[in-house]
Order: sequence, then C-alpha cells, then structure tokens
Amino acid sequence: MMLRGYLVPGKPLPLLAPERNPAWAELRRGFEAARDEIQASGADLLLLYSTSWINVIGHQIQADPAPEWVHVDADFHDFGTMPYRFRMDPEFAKTCESVARSRGLHARTVAYQGFPLDSGVIQALKLLDPDNRIPACVLGCNMYADRAETIVWGKAAAEAVAATGRKAVAVAISAFSNRVFPKRIDPKDDRLYSAKDDEWNRKLLQMLGEGRLEDVSQVARDFAAQAHGEQRGKAFWWLAAALGQHNGYDGTVHAYGPLWGSGGAVVGLVPNPAKDLSREFDEGDVQTFTGDRGVLAAGAAETPSPTSAAAPVTAATPVSATGIVKTTAAPKPVGAYPHARREGDLIFVSGIGPRQAGSDAIPGGAIRDAAGNPQPYDAAAQTRAVIENIKVILESAGSGLDKVVDCQCFLIDMARDFAAFNAVYAEYFKDIQATRTTVEVRALPTPIAVEMKVIARA
Amino acid sequence: MSQGSIVAGVLAPHPPHLVYAENPPQNEPRSEGGWEGLRWGYERLRKKLAETDYDVLVVHSPHWKTRTGNHVLAVPKLSGLSVDPIFPNLFRYHFELSVDVDLARAIVAEGRAAGLEMMPMENPAFRVDYGTIISCHLVNPDWTKPIVAISSNSSYFDYSNEVGEDEMAKLGEATAKAIAKSGKKAVLLASNSLSHRHFTEEPELPEDMSREHIYHHGQYLWDMKVIRMMKEGRTKELAALMPDFIEQALSECKDGCLSWMLAALGYPAYPAEVYAYGTVIGTGNAVVGWHPNDAKVTA
Repeated sequence: MMLRGYLVPGKPLPLLAPERNPAWAELRRGFEAARDEIQASGADLLLLYSTSWINVIGHQIQADPAPEWVHVDADFHDFGTMPYRFRMDPEFAKTCESVARSRGLHARTVAYQGFPLDSGVIQALKLLDPDNRIPACVLGCNMYADRAETIVWGKAAAEAVAATGRKAVAVAISAFSNRVFPKRIDPKDDRLYSAKDDEWNRKLLQMLGEGRLEDVSQVARDFAAQAHGEQRGKAFWWLAAALGQHNGYDGTVHAYGPLWGSGGAVVGLVPNPAKDLSREFDEGDVQTFTGDRGVLAAGAAETPSPTSAAAPVTAATPVSATGIVKTTAAPKPVGAYPHARREGDLIFVSGIGPRQAGSDAIPGGAIRDAAGNPQPYDAAAQTRAVIENIKVILESAGSGLDKVVDCQCFLIDMARDFAAFNAVYAEYFKDIQATRTTVEVRALPTPIAVEMKVIARA
Repeated sequence: MSQGSIVAGVLAPHPPHLVYAENPPQNEPRSEGGWEGLRWGYERLRKKLAETDYDVLVVHSPHWKTRTGNHVLAVPKLSGLSVDPIFPNLFRYHFELSVDVDLARAIVAEGRAAGLEMMPMENPAFRVDYGTIISCHLVNPDWTKPIVAISSNSSYFDYSNEVGEDEMAKLGEATAKAIAKSGKKAVLLASNSLSHRHFTEEPELPEDMSREHIYHHGQYLWDMKVIRMMKEGRTKELAALMPDFIEQALSECKDGCLSWMLAALGYPAYPAEVYAYGTVIGTGNAVVGWHPNDAKVTA
C-alpha cells in the first residue's frame, strides 16, 4: 500500500550548502521533517520519481542493488561533491517493469556500475533516509511523455506496490516554478525569480496544504505554462496517479523557498479516508498507454512486440488489482493488451485466436506458410481452439463460458468457413444463448482464419 | 608567439551507438556493428585530421547542461567511467583525458569580456559528460590531444531561440579570440545532431538496421536543406534560419554547439565537406567538416 507521498525539490542546495541562505536552510529542515515522518511510518520502500532523470527510451527503473559513486552537480560543482551509496529494491523494480509493460509502457530496469544518479535523487535519499534503512526504487521521467503516459506510469507504480505487498512512500522530485537565474549569484541574494512564479507556487501550495492533490494534477498544465514548471508539471501527474487520484489527503507544506530563482517546496500528503474524495476530471482518465509506442514497427509485418512478453502480475493471481487479466495458460497477446479486463461486474475479453499457449501452434493449420503461400486449414479445429482459449481465460478470471453474454466473431472467408464455424459454435453456445455478431475481415494479425472476442459476467 | 588559429571545425554528433558499434577497448558492450555510414564518415574525417597539424580539440557538448552560464572544464587531468543515462546498455566507457587549462581559462576570460556569464569547472571529481567523450573519441580515439570542453548553457531555453543564438554567436567569437591569442592551432567540435526527435523504444537488438530510419520525413527534409546550405557555404543564412530549424525539426542545435562553432569560424562562405549523414534511433546526424586552410588553397 501507498502510505504517503512527498514532493521535494531536486536542486541540491539544501544538501550542499544550507548555511548559505536562510531559505535553503528552511528547505533542509523541511526535508528533515519529512525524514522523521517517513522513518516513523513503517515504510519498507521509498519510491522515487525524478524529473531530473530524463529518459528517451520509454521508462527506466533503477535496479542496481547498491549504487555507489561520488557525484558532482553539472551546475553547482563548486559547492562540493556528493558521495553516495544507497540500497535499492531490485525485486520491486522488476515487478514495476512487468506491470508497466502490461499497461502498454515501454519500460526497462537498469543496473550498471557507475550509472549516474541525478542530483535530485541523491539529495532526496541522503536527506530522507540518511542511514539507508529503507530500500529505494528510482523511476525516470520520459521527456516525450504527455499527461496520459505519465498518469499510466504513476498507476503502474501503485499497481506494483500492491502486487508486491510493499508499504511504500512515494516521492516526486521536482521544482515548482523552474525559472532560474541564468548567472552566478551570491547565494545570500537568492529569491524567487518573479512575483508571478511565486504567486503560482503559493496557489498550488495552498491546494496541497488542503490535501487537494488531484486538483493540483488537473491544473498542472496551466501552472507549467505560466510558471515554467519543471518537465511540464509531470511530477504532479505522476504523484497524483501513484497516490490514487483524489483530494482526500492531509497535506502539510513543510517548507517553501527559492533555489537559484526556482520554487522549491517540501510537501507531505497522507491519505485520509475520512475526507471528501470528490474530484472532477477535466480530461479523460487513462489506465493503459496507447500512444506512439510501436513506431519502430511502422510498416513492418506485425510481429509480437517485446513488451507483449511481460509476465502477469503474478502467475498465481492472473487478475491484478486494476482488473487486468493475464494468464500463461492462454496464447501470448501480440500487442500491448491483456487477455481480458474486468470492469465492474463484467469481463471484457480481447480478440482471441486459436494459437496454443507456449508453442503458438495453430490447430487445424496456418492459413499460409512463411512465404505467404495459401495452405489448407481446418476452420472447425480453429474455432474449437478459439473457444477453448476463451474458456481458459474466463476461468482464470473466475468466470466461465456459461457466463458469456455477447460474442463478436471474425472470419477471414465467410463463404468457405461459416458452416464449419457455426457448427462448432453451436456445440458450445447453444444453451448459453449469448448475443452474437459475425463478420468477415480481410486479415487477422497471425495466419489464422477465426478470432472471437466476448463479454462475460464476472 | 605567433597567432593561434582554428584549423578545422567539425559537426561531430555524439550518438553512443557509434561507439557501441565500433567495440573500442574502452567500452564494455559487444556489438555486431551497425550505423556504418556514419562510422565510415568519421573514419574519413580522422584521416583528414591526421593530415592536419593541430594542438587541441575544443568541444561544445549538449550533454553538459548548465543553467547558470557557460561552464568550461578547467582541471588538467580527468578520468573515470562514463555511463550514458539514456543508453546505459550501449555506453559504459572508461575515459582518461587531458585538459588544456590555459586555453580554457582564456576562453572564460574572453567570454566574460564579451559580457557572458562564464564559469571554470575546477572540481577534480567531476564526471565529464558523455557527449564530450563520444565526440572526442570518434575524432581522436587514442586521446592524443588535450581538450577544452564547454557546457551547453540551457538557461536561454527559458527565452526564445533567438536569444540563445545571440549568446552562442558571442561565445563563438570569444572562443576564436582566445584561440588566436593562445598561439595554438585548434580543431572545434560541435557535438550535436541535426533533427532530434527520437524513437521512444529500442529494438531488442539495438544494431538491427532494419529498424533504423528517420523519425519522420519532415525531419529529413530539414536536415537535407541544412546540409545543402553547408555544402554551398551559406552558413550566415543557416545561422539566420537556425531558430526555425530548431523549432520545426526539434533540432539538437538548440543546445548551441553548431551556432557556437559557425560563429567561431567566422561563418564560412566556402563549402563544407560532408563526411556522412545517417539516422540514429530516429534522429538525423551529419558529420561535416570546415577546413579553412583548404579553402585558402582553393581560393
């Protein structure tokens, strides 16, 4: 479970030189207050999202069990060095990778000696958990990710926490306003870059102090445009998604002040079920990412994506906390989608073909060979295999074929195959009496003749 | 002391894929190859530079991002392990390099005289950015020359592209002045790609060339337009067009490297030598050289 969340700044001045400006010292005290809360919370995972760890290739997850280095900041190299040795949670990292992939994200763990952790992560871990008592996991920030993708990234993190049974504290590392002085200043002269930035920061801090994290997430886009928010406000989106997308928190602004002109704040958020959870979504909610991933395959023959091989949340529990159904007993999907998904009392099964789990063999034969030459095939055998696959998926989700209420059926050659298909279908569904639609399609993604998708009662 | 000069300027992009594909002893991963068009271009460039008498490489890199002015390496010796935070699977490079601190300090001084915010980097524990290392490796893999490395001052990202271009023009002119006063012969490296929209996923085998292509055709058109201007000696015009190129092709020129170099070269009106063009993870990369001494002979 997610115990609580924090927003903290990434510029490392509270760590390196708190004595050089009263506001930096105040932010340092804010970190220390958050540290005390975290240490008393019983957390066994610190889950960090850093807007300073810029990703290009999907979403990276730090999985080196004990990263160690002496870091020097790119800008503030004259303020000293940051030696570190941290304790990470590689097992959680792997689960997070798997869950993210099941939600359509391109995700991967990284575990390389000497990998450059960014200043924000180093500051957060050194100040929030100075004795390395709590294992951590660090998530990167994809520079191209929009709101929807970042929301899904946050939900994937929450789902991984639920799947592993961790007691996590989520920490989003980001400036608020992020306009900085473009020159070296005397630290004692540091102040917010502009009154406008300061006003916007205070507006958000008031909402956060009232525990209205989801409201902040909703206005993040406007805030970022007006106050030059770091990475377009992604930290707010990610944290809101990770903590549950509502306004029912007890919020505490531990500290707020300038960091070289940018707005830095340490804010704590603790879920409070007694509070009003009302929220308003100005933009559609998202569960899985369906954006521009797959661009590499554009124009190429459809092949299973590497991401489609993501393992189910656990083999023993194919239905995740968010209703996603994946099972090793059915053929692997050929794209970034699950076998089925439960929403309320209904189970929506993806289009399922006759391929066999594990071997990908096609009962009744493939409709064409590797060179594209047509081959003889048995439509009845394929239909039977399709229905058996659907049966397995429904049963793994706690439902069954007898609970199917609607079928959509796709044949590549209606004239040739309908009679055989219809006969087998009747064997299974004559007494179930699900509604049905059958259409002819020009092609299916793999060399098969029959595909079906169903909706069933849970 | 005779007057120093810039003997070559090279657009020398830094995709870690090229070092990975080459399998040099300093790098850990093992590749089957790939991106040969670009690597052969760098090979021809190296042959050209082997015939060029020079003392120092001065490199401007997009991956030492600073927001508090232009920073310049000013530590005599730096070594360590460089791990690309974006492609750690491809680039884990053991480096050991010398810095021409005198020239670095001279560039800082000239920049300050021009009204720029300049800062020497004097922390011996500093890890040199991978853009600098890759460009220097591809140009001089034996590291036989000292370098001066200048950060990409992204503080002007807060303003318009035009503001950044003006700043890079001043920095280029200041660099040229410092080199002239130093009596040294310098090769400049602008370590940026051209169009810069990446794919956001990577093939399972990174060197799978069947998956490599430009991200979109608009980028390619812009890259070709820009390269044609280089080949025709229209760099002043290119500099004027740079803000549009940056915006419309998401060009890495935003980081200022090419603009800095063109200004330092005095906006050459002679044709550039295009050694290679190729895409890396969807971005457009060109290896292009300006050789002023050749231009004098031709003239």
